[in-house]
Amino acid sequence: MSAPLLQVRDLRVEFNGHRKAQALSGVSFQVAAGEVLTLLGESGSGKSVTLRTLLRLHPEKKTNITGDIKIDGQDILSLSAGQLNKYRGRITSMIFQEPGLAFDPVYTIGQQITEALCAHEQLDASAAKIRAIKMLERVQIPQARKRFDAYPHELSGGMRQRAMIALALVCNPKLLLADEPTTALDASVQIQILLLLRELQQETGMSIIFVTHDIGAAVEISDRIAVMYAGRIVEEGSVGNVVSNSSHPYTKGLLASIVGHENKGSNLTTIPGSPPDLRELPTGCSFAPRCARAQNKCITQQPDLDNSGSTSYACWFPINSN
Amino acid sequence: MMSQNNSVLTSEDRGGPAQPLLVVKDLKKYFSVGNPFFVKNKKYVHAVDNISFSVAKGKTLGIVGESGCGKSTTAKLIARLISPDSGKMVFDGDGVVEYGGIALKEFRKNLQMVFQDSFASLNPRLSIEQTIAYGPSVHGLSKADAVQQARDLLQRVGLAPQQFASRYPHELSGGQRQRVNIARALAYQPRLVILDEAVAALDKSVQAQVLNLLQDLKRERQLTYLFISHDLHVVHYMSDEVMVMYLGQIVEKGPVEQIFSRPAHPYTQALLSAIPSMDPNKRTTKPPLLGDPPNPINPPVGCRFQERCPFVKEVCKSLSPALSTVNEQVEHVVACHLNTESSL
Repeated sequence: MSAPLLQVRDLRVEFNGHRKAQALSGVSFQVAAGEVLTLLGESGSGKSVTLRTLLRLHPEKKTNITGDIKIDGQDILSLSAGQLNKYRGRITSMIFQEPGLAFDPVYTIGQQITEALCAHEQLDASAAKIRAIKMLERVQIPQARKRFDAYPHELSGGMRQRAMIALALVCNPKLLLADEPTTALDASVQIQILLLLRELQQETGMSIIFVTHDIGAAVEISDRIAVMYAGRIVEEGSVGNVVSNSSHPYTKGLLASIVGHENKGSNLTTIPGSPPDLRELPTGCSFAPRCARAQNKCITQQPDLDNSGSTSYACWFPINSN
Repeated sequence: MMSQNNSVLTSEDRGGPAQPLLVVKDLKKYFSVGNPFFVKNKKYVHAVDNISFSVAKGKTLGIVGESGCGKSTTAKLIARLISPDSGKMVFDGDGVVEYGGIALKEFRKNLQMVFQDSFASLNPRLSIEQTIAYGPSVHGLSKADAVQQARDLLQRVGLAPQQFASRYPHELSGGQRQRVNIARALAYQPRLVILDEAVAALDKSVQAQVLNLLQDLKRERQLTYLFISHDLHVVHYMSDEVMVMYLGQIVEKGPVEQIFSRPAHPYTQALLSAIPSMDPNKRTTKPPLLGDPPNPINPPVGCRFQERCPFVKEVCKSLSPALSTVNEQVEHVVACHLNTESSL
C-alpha cells in the first residue's frame, strides 16, 4: 500500500483561554487517498476540533497543539501564514453544518466561488465564471446560471449546502472535511446531499473526513468509522465491522440506544450518565464512570488502541474479544 | 411522592375515556409577509391551512413532516401562544376560550409544552427550583408547597434536589436542562403535554434516557402526548398514532404501525425510504424525493405535493384532495387522489 494521504499522530489540543479544556488527548489516524472516514461521536467528543485543527482554524494564542499532521508529506502544523493560504481550499477544504452562516451574506454565491478560484489559480474573470457555473451544475443546482447571481439568503437550506459543496470543491482539493453537513437538513434533503457527496467523491477520487453523530448517515457514506469519546478515538474499523462486530462498550451502547420499532413498548437501553467534563478528565479510561464493565484497572490506567481484532479498540475488557 | 391534597392544581377527567382529550377543527393560521403598509399584493405564508384532528386520551400523537410544514405552528396554536385566524378547539368536551367553555388560564394548566432549545426556554436568572415552582405559585399554590413539589419533581426526573435545586440553567448539561423543562411542564399536573422536538438537540445516548423518562411519566400520570419530531425512528418508538403534514396540511393520519408498514401517501412513502439504512451493503442508491419543500407563500393550486410527486396526474394539478379513508377498521386516512381513484 502506498503512503496514506493524511497521517495524524498523537494529536493533542488544549484550549487555554479563561477556562482550560483538553479537547483532544492523543488522536492518531490515517486516511488513504480516495477513502471516506467518518468520525462518529457525541457533542464534546472532539470530532469538530479534529477537523478544525487539520485546517489550523483555531486561534493560535489560546490553543496548544502538539503532535504531528502530515498531508501528502507536508507538515501542516509548521506551515506559515502564506503557505496556509495556499493550503486551505487548494489541498484541504471544509464544509460546515450551517451553510447559512458559513457564506458571507453580502456577496453572491458566484462572487464567493470565483474569489476562491482566483485566489488559487491564474484565471481571468470570465474563465472563473465559467468554471464556477460548471461547478454549480455539477452539484445539481437547477438554473445554475441564475443561481450564480443569487445571494445566500435567496437559496433554500438544501441549495445552500450544495453551493457550499461547490465552493469547497471548485479547486479540486485532495481532502474534503465535512463537519456535520447534513445535520441541519430535512431527512429527504439529507439523503440527497449524502448521495451527492458519494457521487462527487467517486468522480474526483478525493478523500473525505465526514463528521457526524448520526450513525445512519455514517453508514451511508463511509468506508471506515472512527468512534470518538472525550477527545480520543475509542474504536476504529471498517463500517461493517463497527456496526455489527464492535468490541468497545461505548460503541455497543451507542448502537443499542438507536431507537427503532423493535424496542417499541419496552424501555430503551441507555448509557447512564453523561460525557465527562473536558476540564477534568478522569485519569484512566474516560468512559469508565459510565461503563457497566469497568473495573479497578479502567479507573487507573488509560487503554491504548489494540489492533488485534476485527476493529481496533481502546478497552481493557472489550465485549466479544476473540 | 407528590402531595395530592392541594385542590388548586388537580384536573380531573370530565368526559370519560371515550371522549377525545383534544379535538381540533379547521384550524387555520396565515402569517403576512412583507411590508404591512402596502396593502396591495399582500403575501401570506400558509402556515397551517384548515387542519382537523383529535387526540385520544392517554395516547401519543406523533406529528412528522419537513421543516416549514407547520408542525410547530400547530403546536403553538394549540397552546394558544399565537391565536389562530379561524378554527375551534374542544378540550375534553369543553370548547376552549368560548362562551360556556373552558377559560384560557384553566386550559393552560391542563396543557404544557416542552421545546427543542432547552437553554432558551429556561429563565437564566432563576434557579431551577424557582423555575419549576414559579408557575404553580402563580396559579395559587402556596410558596412552600410549590417549592416542595418542585423538589419532588426534580427527584422524579432524575436530578437529586439536594445537588441540583439551587443551580442555574448554565450549570447544567443539555440532557439535564431538558429534564428540568419536563419537570416544569409537569408541575401544573397537566393532562396534555406538547413535546416540540424535545429530544432533537440531545446526543443519542442522552436522548434514549429522556425518551425512557417520558414513557415512564406517561404511564405514571396517564398523560397524553403530542409528539412533534422530524426523526422518524423516534416517532415510531413513541407514538400510538402518526399524523404526516406537508405545507400546512395533513396528508396522512393513522395508527403508527399502519403508517410505517403500509404508507398510503407518496410523500409518506418517500419520507420513510429517506431513513438511512443501517446496513452498509444496502445503501440507498437513489434519493426518494427530489428538490426542497416548495415555498409556503404561494402554495400550488391542487395537491401541494404535485411538484415532487412521482405519480402526479392531471387531476392533482387542479383539485386539492380531501382526506379519505384507506382502511376503515383502523381509522387510517390519506389526502391523495390515488387513493380515491383506486376505491372507485
